[in-house]
Amino acid sequence: MQELSAELIRKKYLRDEMWPSIFCNGCGIGNVLDYTLRAIEELNLDLDEIVFVSGIGCSSRLPGYINADGLHTTHGRAIAFATGVKAVNPDLKVIVFTGDGDCAAIGGNHFIHAIRRNVDITVIMVNNFIYGMTGGQLAPTTPIGSRSTTSPYGNIEPPFDLCELAKVIGAPYVARWTVSHPYRPIKSIKRGIEKKGFAYIELLTPCPTAYGRRNRLGDIKELWKWYDENTILIEEYERIMKYGSDEEKERASKMIKIGVFQDIEKPEYFEEYYKLIDRLKEGGK
Amino acid sequence: MIIVNEDWCKGCGMCIERCPVKALEQSDKLNRRGVYPPRLKENNNCNYCRLCELICPDFAITVIPDENLLKKTVKPKLIPVRRVRA
Repeated sequence: MQELSAELIRKKYLRDEMWPSIFCNGCGIGNVLDYTLRAIEELNLDLDEIVFVSGIGCSSRLPGYINADGLHTTHGRAIAFATGVKAVNPDLKVIVFTGDGDCAAIGGNHFIHAIRRNVDITVIMVNNFIYGMTGGQLAPTTPIGSRSTTSPYGNIEPPFDLCELAKVIGAPYVARWTVSHPYRPIKSIKRGIEKKGFAYIELLTPCPTAYGRRNRLGDIKELWKWYDENTILIEEYERIMKYGSDEEKERASKMIKIGVFQDIEKPEYFEEYYKLIDRLKEGGK
Repeated sequence: MIIVNEDWCKGCGMCIERCPVKALEQSDKLNRRGVYPPRLKENNNCNYCRLCELICPDFAITVIPDENLLKKTVKPKLIPVRRVRA
């Protein structure tokens, strides 16, 4: 096998005529695509067995760049379409690219019910804290105090923590990482694709054009540093909450937790469904 | 050796910033987009860790490792472990 490199990924996975991508200078969505394709390459999967599904938004342009089957669907309904794909052919691997506005706001109900049923799909959520494509409006994930087009004096709404939500409803795999540390997201995406059941991976990506500019976070390098300094590993967070001093606790509580939140085994929806069909065919009740 | 696909580079400069041995610099030639793509310095300590290739969002850098690597290897920061100091 050839050694894994950007050149190999470019030849094997990308539609050359679509590149260079439309994303702004310094945007992290290209990184998300990079990590996903590396995970697929390391798992040695065939692109004919994978379907990429996306909704509307910056992140949802990603399936167009990959030389595989993709669905660019209506706003917020990416997970609903992915469930449909899985229902028709359970042998396909379904990977959903979705943004924070797409997944948390308009598609919130599809998200929680797909987790409740435990459909075997991998959701990669690109969280840039803002509605980037439409000009930087307030999203459900925008942190308190942040400025956006629709909150020019600072946000007063508490943000939505989708990882905690997914964990509480019982998603088998929940993880959150930033794009600035590349090795952990690749490992998590690999684990998520292999997992039988709903895998949710949230990636914090910098948005220098909308979020960084409005919040005066500086240039791209400063923004990446901001992500490094304002995130904390979940193990470290729990240790501080148990044994740390009051000052440490106060500092840690303001940071964004990253890490693997949950990794459990649960019965998958379509497996149970086909078991039911087999049972009824045999004449059981 | 690194190969830079100059037309795909948008000039964010994260490869230059994050290189653990500071082996990259801006070149002096503009590309089609009007930015300066990265290049290897004349005397560099590149040990082919491939971090620049990995964090490039535009798939513009490819690292080709040298067969007879003699330089001392410096590993990049892999895991986001950091203590919170009060």
